Amino acid sequence: MTPSAPQYQGLLSAYDPGGFYDELFGGKENRAGHTELIRRRLDAVNLADIRSRSADAERDLFNLGITFLINSDREAIDRILPFDVIPRVISAAEWAHLEAGATQRVTALNLFLHDIYHDQKIIKDGIIPAELVFGNANYRPQMVGVDVPFGTYIHIMGVDLVRDGAGVFRVLEDNGRVPSGVSYVIENRHIMQRVFPDLMHDIGIRSVENYGLKLLEAVSEIATPGVTDPRVVLLSPGTYNSAYFEHIFLAREMGVPLVEGRDLVVEDDRVYMKTTNGLAQVDSIYRRLGDDFLDPLAFNPDSLLGVPGILQAYRKGNVALANAIGTGVADDKAVYCYVPRMIKYYLGEEAIIPNVETNICREKEGLQFTLDHLDQLVVKPVGESGGYGITIGPRATKEQITECRASLLKDPANYISQPMVPLSVCPTVTEDGIEPRHVDLRPFVITGRKTWVLPGGLSRVAMRKGTLIVNSSQGGGSKDTWVLEGDDA
Amino acid sequence: MSKLLARYAECIFWMARYMERAENLARILDVHETFSRDGRGAKDWYPIVRLNGDVERFFSRYPVATAENIVNFYVLDGQNPTSIISAVRAARENARTLRPWISTEMWTHLNVFHSRMLALKPSDVSLPNLSRQCATIKEACQAHTGITEGTFYRDQGWYFYQLGKYIERADQTTRLLDIEFNTLLPAQFEIDSQLDFIQWHAVLRSAAGYHAFRRVYPRGMTPASVAGFMIFNESFPRSVAVSVNQINDLLVSLKSRYSLRAGNAVMERIDEVQAALESHTIETVLRDGLHQYLDWLQLRFCDITAELSLAFFGAVPTPAQTQSQ
Repeated sequence: MTPSAPQYQGLLSAYDPGGFYDELFGGKENRAGHTELIRRRLDAVNLADIRSRSADAERDLFNLGITFLINSDREAIDRILPFDVIPRVISAAEWAHLEAGATQRVTALNLFLHDIYHDQKIIKDGIIPAELVFGNANYRPQMVGVDVPFGTYIHIMGVDLVRDGAGVFRVLEDNGRVPSGVSYVIENRHIMQRVFPDLMHDIGIRSVENYGLKLLEAVSEIATPGVTDPRVVLLSPGTYNSAYFEHIFLAREMGVPLVEGRDLVVEDDRVYMKTTNGLAQVDSIYRRLGDDFLDPLAFNPDSLLGVPGILQAYRKGNVALANAIGTGVADDKAVYCYVPRMIKYYLGEEAIIPNVETNICREKEGLQFTLDHLDQLVVKPVGESGGYGITIGPRATKEQITECRASLLKDPANYISQPMVPLSVCPTVTEDGIEPRHVDLRPFVITGRKTWVLPGGLSRVAMRKGTLIVNSSQGGGSKDTWVLEGDDA
Repeated sequence: MSKLLARYAECIFWMARYMERAENLARILDVHETFSRDGRGAKDWYPIVRLNGDVERFFSRYPVATAENIVNFYVLDGQNPTSIISAVRAARENARTLRPWISTEMWTHLNVFHSRMLALKPSDVSLPNLSRQCATIKEACQAHTGITEGTFYRDQGWYFYQLGKYIERADQTTRLLDIEFNTLLPAQFEIDSQLDFIQWHAVLRSAAGYHAFRRVYPRGMTPASVAGFMIFNESFPRSVAVSVNQINDLLVSLKSRYSLRAGNAVMERIDEVQAALESHTIETVLRDGLHQYLDWLQLRFCDITAELSLAFFGAVPTPAQTQSQ
């Protein structure tokens, strides 16, 4: 069925995905049968009603303090992540595929990390260039020879997925350091339950409630063997971190103290927290602090956020860290290009979720191809995150292209390029009514002894018309993501 | 037994103090507004500035001590650390740190209250609107207390919350008395005099104590009986004596239930204050100087706070312990 089909007489009657794959309607050939009931219900809602529900949702988010901090010139302001009340819906079959793909990917990345910090076979076998690993700023020589429980380095991973014009999910980026956003996945669901219960009724949506339990389980599993009731804490950079809400949220969901570096102290290579009754030993830490800030004795000496001596305690196995130190080398944008080959090398399998085709500018052919097709490609610096420093060729001005060419020639190894993926869209409430907006998807993957994927994920939506960048720092919003229990709806 | 992070204990303590402080400031301003209806005007407001030790700070921000300026300074002025809005902001900042520990309802209420305070304009606290505005602020503080009572998990944290609340309340009651005695009483006065009945009534009312007072003293009302009631009465919830007894009980419970044995120095300080309450009557206090007695009590509350920081909040002893206002 198409949006203009006669059965849409209400909210969706004028909706046109504009040729993109649509998350609610599907594509030209592959229609989204699993969302039919949801579409019918949405169509019956009028625009004024959906706007008032949106306003309720945003007020709730603000009052509950589900906010991130923006640092303006004068002071830090609390902002909510714009929330769109029209959900993004994933079928049970699609989800089974994504779940298997995400599990495969994290398994390969953990094997890769263990390998590069031990025998480095993948380098010796010529699968991945040595300089990509050893020349990577996030490679941590301190981790060489250190064994981590179950060989798990990336306990919490966020896999950024996009869906192309044919409706095929592709991996855009791996986040294996301190991925954030999961709190929105769960809070968005709570908000939807409050403002749109009639849309959700009897649909059969998989719950996202037990993320905290699963996280605590994984972080407890990796504590020193023999500790029966490990004391777990969440280590945060503090209230002025932009993701502080998420730290609060996760500490609460896990039922563990949220500590800052100043609350912890290392004595005799053991980590303790300062309590009202003296020091209490800490066995496992979910840290939301980058490697650089973790231990001023080992890494950035200027960091006041970390805990002096914690690396030594970790290396001795007296405290566990999630994620492990040194995972940044696996989620690097240049290493990303090699992940399909990694999967083949370690698991003997093809990647279940393909990458977006990528040109590596550190390699001659990649650079040449990129320079020759600048107006068609998206050029990304490998070291940045948050959507900064990206040049979108087809949308760039002549000046921007010239600037990009100069940066590329100056430091080619710092860049990769990808074709512009025609990101899928989803109906979204805008000032001009219900319009298509581009979305991505970040599922969250937890691994301790085994891997578990949260059935849902963060669907970020580019709220500005036509824009492809969904990052919150660039004005992106989010949607509730529904994974259906079955597809016969 | 679950442990309480020292920094959390401190944040809980100060969150409670700041909310209690906001409520008491609203009470003090409310009762003053009542006095100024008699046309006494600006001179009645000045003792608040003086007795809060804010003279220098006030005049660095305002040229003259008009009623409007003083009210603005104590309600809306975010640059003044002793204003209501600063107290609410500080409470909210502590609550923000404590969000994993306190109930969502406590946080949400404080967050919304803070936003509402930020939205207030000077016209909202102009003298004709002040009493109503103070009532609204007071009720928001009381809602906080009620939500806390009904939702805050009862472990160590609850005790530190109560400690903060009662120390602040005892301190604020001494300040209220100090201010009103200065405003209302001529330099020489008869302690039995029936002067300004209406205004003493207002002092009691500002502490929600009028009806309780009447129950104890059905006839008559003297400055001495009012002051005595607010300091020594053992049943009036805003009296100094009740707060001090509560602090004592809380410390005993912390020690017995949670094995927090570091509190001995605090207990000694409390003993000292309890002794000073038991060994005095309002007559001896007035004879020796009410202001001096109240001042001594305020200094003891500073000491108690400093000892609590050393014992439980991980503070490092310094030569000069000072209390943050």
